[in-house]
Amino acid sequence: MSDSFLGVLGEAVGLILAGDRDLMEIILLSLRVTLTAVFLACLIGLPLGALVGTFRFPGRIVVTVILNALMGLPPVVVGLLVYLMLSASGPLGMLRLLYTPTAMIIAQTILVTPIVAALTRQVIEDLHREYAEQFASLGVRPLDRVGALLWDARYSLLTVALAGFGRAVAEVGAVIIVGGNINHVTRVMTTTIALETSKGNLQLALALGVVLLTIAVLVNACVMAIRASSVRSAYA
Amino acid sequence: MRDVAYDTHAEIAAPSAAGGEPLMEARRLCFDAGGKRLIDNVDVVIRKGRRTVVMGANGTGKSLLLRLLHGLIPPSGGEVLWRGAPLDGAARRAQAMVFQRPVMLRRSALANLRFALAVRGLQGAERARREAEAMSRARLEDLARRPARVLSGGEQQRLAMARALACKPDILFLDEPTASLDPASTHAIEALTNEAHRDGVTVVMITHDPRQARRLGDDLIFLHDGRIAETGGVLPVLDNPKSEAARAWLEGRLYLGGSKS
Repeated sequence: MSDSFLGVLGEAVGLILAGDRDLMEIILLSLRVTLTAVFLACLIGLPLGALVGTFRFPGRIVVTVILNALMGLPPVVVGLLVYLMLSASGPLGMLRLLYTPTAMIIAQTILVTPIVAALTRQVIEDLHREYAEQFASLGVRPLDRVGALLWDARYSLLTVALAGFGRAVAEVGAVIIVGGNINHVTRVMTTTIALETSKGNLQLALALGVVLLTIAVLVNACVMAIRASSVRSAYA
Repeated sequence: MRDVAYDTHAEIAAPSAAGGEPLMEARRLCFDAGGKRLIDNVDVVIRKGRRTVVMGANGTGKSLLLRLLHGLIPPSGGEVLWRGAPLDGAARRAQAMVFQRPVMLRRSALANLRFALAVRGLQGAERARREAEAMSRARLEDLARRPARVLSGGEQQRLAMARALACKPDILFLDEPTASLDPASTHAIEALTNEAHRDGVTVVMITHDPRQARRLGDDLIFLHDGRIAETGGVLPVLDNPKSEAARAWLEGRLYLGGSKS
């Protein structure tokens, strides 16, 4: 009965509980790539979104439309573009980054940055609408406004970062193109699930699926807890 | 005979000109929006150390006038002068405004105060001294660490007053600061306003309450339909209004007569 769903699931849970070395390596690489990409995306996307959300400038609507549109970037297209940039004949080929975790981080950063920037713009714009007159009355300087808005919107922006994390950790199309799914080098949870399923090794695929789902649940639980806490503190 | 009722160029503090030198002036001030002229050719002189009350029916442009004077919105025409020069950033930092609905940052009460002082460049011991003084004045010491947004409406407005006064402004604009407050909170705001005035702060305040105007005002601007319908000392205007707009408003009658020709 080991082919039945419950049997496979049991074996998958066994792998997780046993702390299977290969499994742990894949999980840790996934988290390293994803967390680094989300960190970089926040480094770029938070100030970018805050600037667009705070200031009026010519072309602002166009920038907003582009940011919103880029939220739906197809991962395989991003993967292909990064591949072309990093391949031996590409402009960044000399860096020899193709099929490395760094290439995967670059691809995921490109995917997540527009999500962080676009959601940040919305959050900051709403808050700025509320603060604008008070800021003007106090004589708050432009960059101080951005800093104050980012700080006061920190709970909402944490949710934004978690949304970016959710997108990155579940992504497969881009990382498989630029990472190559090389065992012990660039193999992450999503690419392993795709590979092992095609090979018929359902135990490992399912074990990783369980881990991915658990991470998704934990991320959502974090979001709920943070929002509840912020409402209790009247910061929402 | 000159019709004082529609004299848009009247000098507000003229009846009590002993009050002081002009601190602010608005000359031929206009503001247009949506194809309508909302502030129409208004001239105002605010004298140093005086308390000017702005009154008028809803929608006559009182809040708009305050925002124009404070430089929150640019006028469509005319100019605002601060000590005889155009309003600039430095002039704005010598002013403070408290809104009808206080805007509280998502921080503690004390952090709201600290932010305003930091914006003015105050740091260290001087900032701490001003924070303590302002919180004490507004009787908010016990609530200093509470998130500002969970404070009651009255407490938030006291904090808004404390924040404004901690910046030691030369002029304080108050846009109906007691409109939604209970009598005790109203009294607290009035006490803070009087205290500020005693400290030499010039006050410009919007109110719909004639009794409050009598308690707090020296001079009065009565607006109707975006123009000055009547100006003068608070008591003369309230006791013996010369314009039909002010008379109707004080009697609780709806006055639809336009002041614009």
